[in-house]
Amino acid sequence: MASPGADAAIRIEGVAQQFGGRVIFRDVSATIARGEVFVILGGSGCGKSTLLRQIIGLLPPSTGRIEVLGRDMYADRGDVLTRIGVMFQAGALFGSMTLQENVMLPLQVYTDLPDEACARVAQVKLALVGLDDFGRSMPAEISGGMAKRAAIARALALDPPLLFLDEPSAGLDPITSAGIDRLILDLRRDLGTTFVVVTHELASILAIADRCLMLDRAAKGVIAEGDPRRLREESTHPTVRAFFHREAEAP
Amino acid sequence: MVTQAGVGPGARLEVRDGEGGRVLAFAGTLDSLASGMLWREAREAARGQARVVLDLGALAGCDTTGAALLAELSAQPGAEIRDAGTQVQTLLDRVRGIGPAPAPPVPPPITWREALRGGMVAALGGVAFLGETMVALVRLPARARQFRRADLWRTADQAGVRAIPLTLLLGSLMGLILAFQSLIPMRRFGADIFVANLVAISLIRELGPLLAAVILAGRTGSAFAAEIGTMKVNQEIDALTTMGIDPVTMLVLPRMLAAILVMPALTVILEMAGLLGMMLVMVGAGWPPVTIANQVAQWVKPADFFGGLAKAVVYGAVVAGIGCRAGLATGIGPRAVGLAATAAVVGGIVATIVLDGVFAVIFYQLGL
Repeated sequence: MASPGADAAIRIEGVAQQFGGRVIFRDVSATIARGEVFVILGGSGCGKSTLLRQIIGLLPPSTGRIEVLGRDMYADRGDVLTRIGVMFQAGALFGSMTLQENVMLPLQVYTDLPDEACARVAQVKLALVGLDDFGRSMPAEISGGMAKRAAIARALALDPPLLFLDEPSAGLDPITSAGIDRLILDLRRDLGTTFVVVTHELASILAIADRCLMLDRAAKGVIAEGDPRRLREESTHPTVRAFFHREAEAP
Repeated sequence: MVTQAGVGPGARLEVRDGEGGRVLAFAGTLDSLASGMLWREAREAARGQARVVLDLGALAGCDTTGAALLAELSAQPGAEIRDAGTQVQTLLDRVRGIGPAPAPPVPPPITWREALRGGMVAALGGVAFLGETMVALVRLPARARQFRRADLWRTADQAGVRAIPLTLLLGSLMGLILAFQSLIPMRRFGADIFVANLVAISLIRELGPLLAAVILAGRTGSAFAAEIGTMKVNQEIDALTTMGIDPVTMLVLPRMLAAILVMPALTVILEMAGLLGMMLVMVGAGWPPVTIANQVAQWVKPADFFGGLAKAVVYGAVVAGIGCRAGLATGIGPRAVGLAATAAVVGGIVATIVLDGVFAVIFYQLGL
C-alpha cells in the first residue's frame, strides 16, 4: 500500500465549496500518494461529486487550493488535463461515435500515432475492459455496465498516471462490479496508475481502497480518513459506523 | 553499425544491422506519446526483414500503447524479444492475445428499390399516424384526463405569441420587397397603382399562409420533434404507455390543436405586416395611403381572405403533425434527435408546398 508523502499525486488544501449561501463542505484537506487507490465516500448529498469536480478542474473551489501531479489545477489546468483520465458516472460516451472511435479520439488528438495504430491501441484498451468484440457498436446499443467499461477504456486511452472514476460500480451486477474492481487493481499493479474513486459501494471500497476520505452532509466536511478496513473496525463516529456496518441512522 | 535512430519524448529507438538480421533497440520509457513518435519508424525498420531482434534491455518501462507497438513488431515472423523487464513482459503478455481492431463499418450503397421501399414505409407510417391521431381525437371525450390543457396553452404561447416579432419582421420585409420589385417594371406601363392589388392578393391568397407555415415548421415543428424525440430516447414515451396513457392524446393532440389555433392569427399578422410594408413603398412612390387602401379593399374578396385562413388551419395541423410524428419515430442516440428535428422541418415545408398546389386546384375548381 502506498502512503501519502512528498511524492503526492494530489494535494487538497483547505478546500471549501458553497453555492450562494449554502455551504456544501468546508476545510477539506487530503494528500493522495502516487500509485494509491483513494476512495471518496459518504452519503447522498454530502459533496462527493462536487469535490471530484473540483479536483478534475470543472469547478474552482470557493476557497482553498488543489495541486494535481505537482501543478496547481486552476493555474496550469490545460497541462494537467492531458495527464488525467476521467470516467463520469453515466459514461458520457460520445453518442455519434462507435466505442472504438470514442477510445481513439484522445489518441488522435494528443499523439502522432497513425490511424491504424490508434485503432489497434483502442482495441487493446477495449480488450482491457472486456469489450474487444464491441468496437463497432454505438453507445446506444450497449448496456449501462458496458458503457461504464467503455468509458474507462476511453479514460485509459493515453495511459494517464492519474485516473478518476465517478461511481464506477453504481447500478452494475456484482460480477461486473467485481470485474471493474479487479481491473483497477491490475492497472495499479501493471502501470502504477493512481486512482481516485467516488463510490458508496461498500464491497468495492473494501476490495480496492488503500485509503478513504468520508464526507458528511451534517458535518459539512470530513468525518473520517484512513484505511477503510481499520475505520470499519475501530471508528467510534456514529455515521462512520452506520456506513460500514449498514445501520440505519435517524433521518 | 547504427543505421537509424529515433527519439520520442521519453524513449529512444536505435536501429542497427547485426545478429543475422535487424536489431531494434528501445531505451527509456515507451509511453503513448513516445510510441506515437516511434510507431511508423519502428514498423518501417522491421518491414521485410527475415529476422528482427527487439532489444528491450535498456527499456525502463512502457504503457499499454507501448506494449501494443512491441506486440505488433514481435508478431512479425522471425521476430524475437530480448531482455524484456518484468513490467514490460507482463503488459506484452496481456496485449499479445488481443485480436486485431475491426475494420470501420462501410455503409451499404442505397439502391433505387430500397429508397423506394423506404419512401413507401415512411408514407404508410404517416398514414398510420394520421389514423392514430383521428382515433385519439374521436376518443378524446373519454380520455379527457389524458389531455393536458396546460400543454395546449403553453404550446400556443411558444408557437404563437412568441413568434409574433419574427412574423412581423418577415411579413413587412416580404410586402416591401414584393412591392419594390414589381413597382419598377409596372411603372413603365403606367400600372404602378396595381402593385397594391398584386401584393395584397398574392399575400392574402398564397404567401401569407405559406410563409406562416414555413415559420411554424422552422420554429415549432422542429421543437416538437426535438422535445418528443428526447422523451422517446429517455424512455418517457414507454413510461406513458406502461401507465396506460396514450402518447398521441397526451403529447400530439395539444400540440396540433395549439398550432391550429395560432396559425390563422399568425397568418393575419403576417398579411397585415406585409400590406404595411407594401404601403411604405407605395407612399414613397407618391401614392396617398387612402388610394392604396381603397384599391386593396376593392380587389381583395372575402373568399381570398377566408380561403387563406382555411389553408392556414390545414397547414398548422400538418406541420405540427409532421413534427410530432418525427419525434415519435425518433431512433436511438443523440444523433437521432437531430435527424428527427431535420425531418420535421423538411417534411413540414415540403408538405405545405404540396398542399398549396392541391389548394390551388381545388380553389380553381370551386371558382374562388
